[in-house]
Amino acid sequence: MMPMNMPQLPESLPTDGQPLNLSRRRFMGASLGALVLGVLLPGKVVRAVQSVASETKPGARIPAFLEIRPDGTALLRSPFVEGGQGIYTAFAQIVGEELDIAPERFSVECAPPGADYLLVNGARFTGGSFSVRSSYEVMRRLGASARHMLLQAAAAKLEVPLDSLATQPGIVVHEASGRTLGHGELAALAAELSPPEQVPLREKKDFRWIGKPVPRLDARDKSTGKVTYNIDLEVDGMLLAAVQHAPRMGGEPEAIANEAEVRAMPGVHSIHRLPGAVAVVAQRWWQARRAVESLKISWKEAAPGTPHAMPADFSSAGMRAALAAAPGPGIAAEEIGDAARALKQASRVIEATYDAPYLAHGQLEPPSAIARWNADGTLELWLPNQAPELFQQAAAKAAGIAPEQIILHSSPLGGFFGRHFLYGTANPFPQAIQLAKAVGRPVKLIWSREEEFLRDALRPMGLARFRAGIDENGLPQALYAEAVGESPTERWFGRQPDKANKSAVEGIARKPYAIPNRRVAQVYLEHPPTIGYWRSVGHSMNDFFYESFLDEVADAGQQDPYALRLRLLADKPRHKALLQAVAELSGGWKRGPFTAGDGSQRARGVAMASPFGIRQRGRHHRRGVHRGRFGGGSRCLGGLRPRQHRQPRHRRGPGEVRRGARAFVHPA
Amino acid sequence: MELTINGKKRQVDAAPDTPLLWVIREELGLTGTKYGCGAAQCGACTVLADGRPIRSCVMPVSSVANQAITTIEGIEEDPVGRRVVEAWVEHQVPQCGYCQSGQVLTATALLKQSARPGEAEIAAAMVNLCRCGTYNAIADAMQQLAKG
Repeated sequence: MMPMNMPQLPESLPTDGQPLNLSRRRFMGASLGALVLGVLLPGKVVRAVQSVASETKPGARIPAFLEIRPDGTALLRSPFVEGGQGIYTAFAQIVGEELDIAPERFSVECAPPGADYLLVNGARFTGGSFSVRSSYEVMRRLGASARHMLLQAAAAKLEVPLDSLATQPGIVVHEASGRTLGHGELAALAAELSPPEQVPLREKKDFRWIGKPVPRLDARDKSTGKVTYNIDLEVDGMLLAAVQHAPRMGGEPEAIANEAEVRAMPGVHSIHRLPGAVAVVAQRWWQARRAVESLKISWKEAAPGTPHAMPADFSSAGMRAALAAAPGPGIAAEEIGDAARALKQASRVIEATYDAPYLAHGQLEPPSAIARWNADGTLELWLPNQAPELFQQAAAKAAGIAPEQIILHSSPLGGFFGRHFLYGTANPFPQAIQLAKAVGRPVKLIWSREEEFLRDALRPMGLARFRAGIDENGLPQALYAEAVGESPTERWFGRQPDKANKSAVEGIARKPYAIPNRRVAQVYLEHPPTIGYWRSVGHSMNDFFYESFLDEVADAGQQDPYALRLRLLADKPRHKALLQAVAELSGGWKRGPFTAGDGSQRARGVAMASPFGIRQRGRHHRRGVHRGRFGGGSRCLGGLRPRQHRQPRHRRGPGEVRRGARAFVHPA
Repeated sequence: MELTINGKKRQVDAAPDTPLLWVIREELGLTGTKYGCGAAQCGACTVLADGRPIRSCVMPVSSVANQAITTIEGIEEDPVGRRVVEAWVEHQVPQCGYCQSGQVLTATALLKQSARPGEAEIAAAMVNLCRCGTYNAIADAMQQLAKG
């Protein structure tokens, strides 16, 4: 989900890319040059795009993104991959609004690797809630420029001044004569033109699709099984592969007791030793899986010094104890006032330690990868990913060829939640590359659910220690917090030993509440398991920790948790307005327990989180699971529990909320 | 072995204990039926056997040789299935979509068995997992469908 090596939300979005037409004189022959709006040569477009990468401004070249077909439908290459968040529909809305083509006339696919698509601070990844935010302006300008070129084409064709023309969805209209031309009829001519230097964007008040509810483009296909995910793909002549990994990371296959027997099983093509795994290649995946699970493999323990080898005695309980015992004070991420002194002066100190477990992503589509070595030396890959260029580079390294020789295809994802970033041994594609090379045929590798759970990059177990000091009026004057552990960013992009990592403390540091003395720190402790970005990353547990602790602070000071929050947000009008709006929309703040209309006993809790600059608030309902219902934007806080309170805990009444194992936050 | 899939007789060459799921996906090329957990837990692999929902990932193909199998590819040939699909679209149920073949088939089976199911009946039948959290949208769609 996360900004990878970009710790900051992009403050200024890349909006300077003026759309350009592909200049055929610049890099290719005229016959291919006509590929702009209207000519369907996607494979060639892709390679052309890559060949001029060095001179490419991201988001600027219309044909890299858009093809208008003769029938007036449009193909849009989205820089971001669809995985349930609705981004393909969002871009159809945004581009369609300016281009004047209705969203339902678009088909959208994920763009191949290429410099045109590096719209997130010079890179590209789908995650961190960045997709629309990073490219809204660019995509609008792209649509508007293409529309302008259609108008120019129509002006030439009808021999009328450009300003006598207007567009309606799908057509250019010459009002004076009543003549119309379809966008599809104009596309080929428009393709010959240069994009405008400046182009006006549509007024917000005139929006028909941006900001309006629009049916998802893929709802029907997804309701009828017609969407093709990576796991569903087939290439000619491919074999299927299944793997069995070492039970513990770092182990290597030593001996196989029944290799000949398994090789004789139905459909089996061959057996392969891979780093940390054994694979069977077969005619069918079920045959490969059955065979690989029949193998009697003895595993060598990891050699001393193997990075991230899983210790034989590792356990979650042991790790939790290690996190709890890791000494502070750690490296400060936020320091305001003097928290230590204010704690000493407090009339009462409240302490609590919270933790959250390791979590697998649990996306419903098990990971897979297809690798095909082509005769021209290129390697073609079909794999689930949230960052095509990064996977292209990693695949090139794994294959020992240049990135330009990697052709990468990105299908819609059967859920992702941060699963499909690069996590070393958590990605199946290096195995597929190796197997395809070994057998001299395309190979599709699927990890079984069991292997997926064994090798997924987990959300790190989280643990945070809190201390708060309250004054004689029951108001918090000091907050001292230590988040213990390692963040995925530190694992995959290097640790800065003198700095607290943002992902490790997000959701605890820089909360909007006006507690005058604060110190929030990270106490670094490495996790033995492979860790990764998991939906909303640090926020997914830290905001729960913080907000729950704030409730404890409120209780200790005999404050109403909602009223206390409002008071602490006195200088944050937006947050305060949000919280008040939530209360109103919920039918008024009611702490409870109270008897609801249906006779059930209920209570309400409240929490506020701002992951990646998105304001959220939650209502916890004790009864049942209150599930998010706003598309991919819902965030849930599940499977979390407060623990190990060093002070006697305040006992909550029967109707109160937080102890319930299932506290789902309703999205903003 | 002969199977009846979406009203058509199909010859398949597979070991009798191969799970129906992999016969459907790999032998017949019908990839709308999904592999999720392989352990009859998530329901992504749900198909209908003589109208009843079954978890095809653990169902040996030989055990359904005499039954009429309906997969998502055949859902719109069934009037109840068509209604379910329409409700799914109207309520904009799918997000990533990976579980929805199984959800649609499970809903169809319920409505064929009980045209106007009550809330408890719906809750008891609609137990497939959705990692995106489309449960509320499914509940809304089902509520509408249950009105007949």
